[in-house]
Amino acid sequence: MAGIVSYGFYIPKSRIRIGDIAKVWGKEEKNISASLKVQEKTVAGIDEDALTMAYESSTMAFSDVAIDKRKIGAVYVGSESHPYAVNPTSTILAEMLGIHGSYLASDTEFACKAATGALISGLGLINSKMADYVLVAASDKAQSMPHDVLEYTASSASVSLIMGRQDLLLKIIDYSTFSTDTPDFWRRDGIRYPSHGGRFTGQPAYFYHIYNASTDLLTKTKLKPEKFAHAVFHMPNGKFPIQIAYKLGFDFNQLKQSLVVEKLGNSYTASALLGLVSVLEVAKKGDLIFFASFGSGAGSDAFVFQVTDNIIQRRKRLSVSINDKKYIDYATYLKFMDVI
Amino acid sequence: MISIIGYYTTQFGELWGKSLYNLVKETIDKVLPEANLEKEQLGAVFFGNMMAGLLENNLHAGAKIAEILKLNIPVFRVEAACASGGSAFNLALNYIKSGQIETALVIGAEKMSDFSPEQVVGGLSSASSGEEQESGLTFPGIYALMAQSYFNNHKISQEDLACISVKNHFHGSLNDKAQFRRQISVSEVLNSPYVAYPLKVLDSSPISDGAAAVVLTSNKKILKKAKKSVTVLASEVVNDTLSLKKRRHLDSIEATRIAADMVFKKTGLKRSEIDIAEVHDCFSIAEIMAMEDIGFWKKGNGAKAASSYATMYGRSDHLVVNTSGGLKAAGHPVGATGIKQLGELYLQLTGKAEKRQIKNAKYGLAHNVGGSGGTVVVTILGN
Repeated sequence: MAGIVSYGFYIPKSRIRIGDIAKVWGKEEKNISASLKVQEKTVAGIDEDALTMAYESSTMAFSDVAIDKRKIGAVYVGSESHPYAVNPTSTILAEMLGIHGSYLASDTEFACKAATGALISGLGLINSKMADYVLVAASDKAQSMPHDVLEYTASSASVSLIMGRQDLLLKIIDYSTFSTDTPDFWRRDGIRYPSHGGRFTGQPAYFYHIYNASTDLLTKTKLKPEKFAHAVFHMPNGKFPIQIAYKLGFDFNQLKQSLVVEKLGNSYTASALLGLVSVLEVAKKGDLIFFASFGSGAGSDAFVFQVTDNIIQRRKRLSVSINDKKYIDYATYLKFMDVI
Repeated sequence: MISIIGYYTTQFGELWGKSLYNLVKETIDKVLPEANLEKEQLGAVFFGNMMAGLLENNLHAGAKIAEILKLNIPVFRVEAACASGGSAFNLALNYIKSGQIETALVIGAEKMSDFSPEQVVGGLSSASSGEEQESGLTFPGIYALMAQSYFNNHKISQEDLACISVKNHFHGSLNDKAQFRRQISVSEVLNSPYVAYPLKVLDSSPISDGAAAVVLTSNKKILKKAKKSVTVLASEVVNDTLSLKKRRHLDSIEATRIAADMVFKKTGLKRSEIDIAEVHDCFSIAEIMAMEDIGFWKKGNGAKAASSYATMYGRSDHLVVNTSGGLKAAGHPVGATGIKQLGELYLQLTGKAEKRQIKNAKYGLAHNVGGSGGTVVVTILGN
């Protein structure tokens, strides 16, 4: 069986309070925070980008497993903010990690689900024995136009997963994927910031696609929502994951550990995977985890994971990093995001 | 005598799965059976729409509607900003009165949610004067200026304004076709963000998609076959200056006063004989001004009447206003609004308004405004 052998994460230390952004634009903090259910967000530094953060999270993933790097058959980097339009992030990351030569390097793009699509590709390589190990990194220094509603949530983070067949931390019991041509959020070539369709990103996009991928998977696995110890959904804000969880039949107790968006914001491709990382901080052997990503454009990848006893040795503490923070003001935020 | 013999409205709201002409087709397909009419009996179609040309480069609507209907009859597009629907109705009425035809289909429709708020606000601003646009005034800004003038001249508070939205949301909660079916409280209105002082988000009507249609006829045989009908007693269109700065007063709309006086004079009815009204509440202040300008409330008494919920379903013993939810709660697909207002009166006067049915309603008044009052259509229907 294929699954996840190890994982790593990286969140920058800098935070900006949503209220400090709201103040600049003459908005009421309580209205913004209440409607988005987000208090603050992470901000990558001026010398950080999707690549440097992917290196940090990948280094953490390799830190507690002894894997011969020559056995890494593929390196995928999913991002909405690849540093280059042409010149792969994955080759630079691999080289920095000491992975060289006979491996597949691939940058993937599908809005916030760029990396979970790569997980499915990785699953194919592992199950077909075309690769022993696959590294998947999800990393974003998420762009948002100043004064756009996205500015309150778009944040920075990275999560890396090492996939394999043996010595698993998380078994992938099954997956399901669902896509349609639904243009809810986009960024054209050469354009700096993404555009979006406002509330159109909700019902016809986020909810429709996650609901379909998730119900397909629940039907396929014959598992009822109550069988899961935890549920994780993509977190563009703090409200949507709660609404879709309830719609699918999960309760708040199953969801609450994954809801890191309130403190970290929406780090695009890393968003849902950070929810999984948070869950792994408390998960126990045998726990079933329901996970569904969402990518605008639009699609959703849903997975059923099962925790093995390796969790005890490979557990990482996201909560420590969440609390290790330094607040910056709006001007510094603009500088870090290379706006000024 | 000219009568409305059928009405249909689509759902109002953010209808992302439907185009402008999907909505138009839906109204055509549903209103004709409602009126017990074959399409071949139509003499002409009048189509109220404001922004298809601006937002989706979609003009020559007459030919498109002829294509949908598969008929070779005249189809006229009518544009008068948010009064496009009411104006289309008035023209259809007069076309029938002229003897040119006997039966007309009047459709109002608008598709707004496929476009960015900037595009929609920019498109709506085309209904204001050049100077207003150049100075950066949008319609919330224009109505906020009118509200400030009203606040300066009369005793009124933001709480009083909020009561208008509370009432209309209550009515919207009873209307299956309304965009917003959630009741709201005064404190929710007051806690919503400002759009333009003193108007808040919940003082303002939304951006909406929707279409509505009525069938008008003077043909006695068709009228006899109709399931339900109401009579059009009077309908008047009055225009005024495009620019707010050229008006004598900012705290009232003169075109409303003139049009209302004309319809009451024509019908011989008194204000007190009207049982139901649909007035143009694009912002809460607009309903207060409308009620005073039509003559239902004495000038300056709007605050007191609003805060006592004098025109709320279940609380009013005579006149109930905006039972559809008004523009605020039912939604405001601009070209459709004027037709929906008349349709709501049709439902009330024919006993088909279901949960929000007013008992024994005999006369209804519709008030449809374009821009800041540059066009006003007032119509009285009776059963």
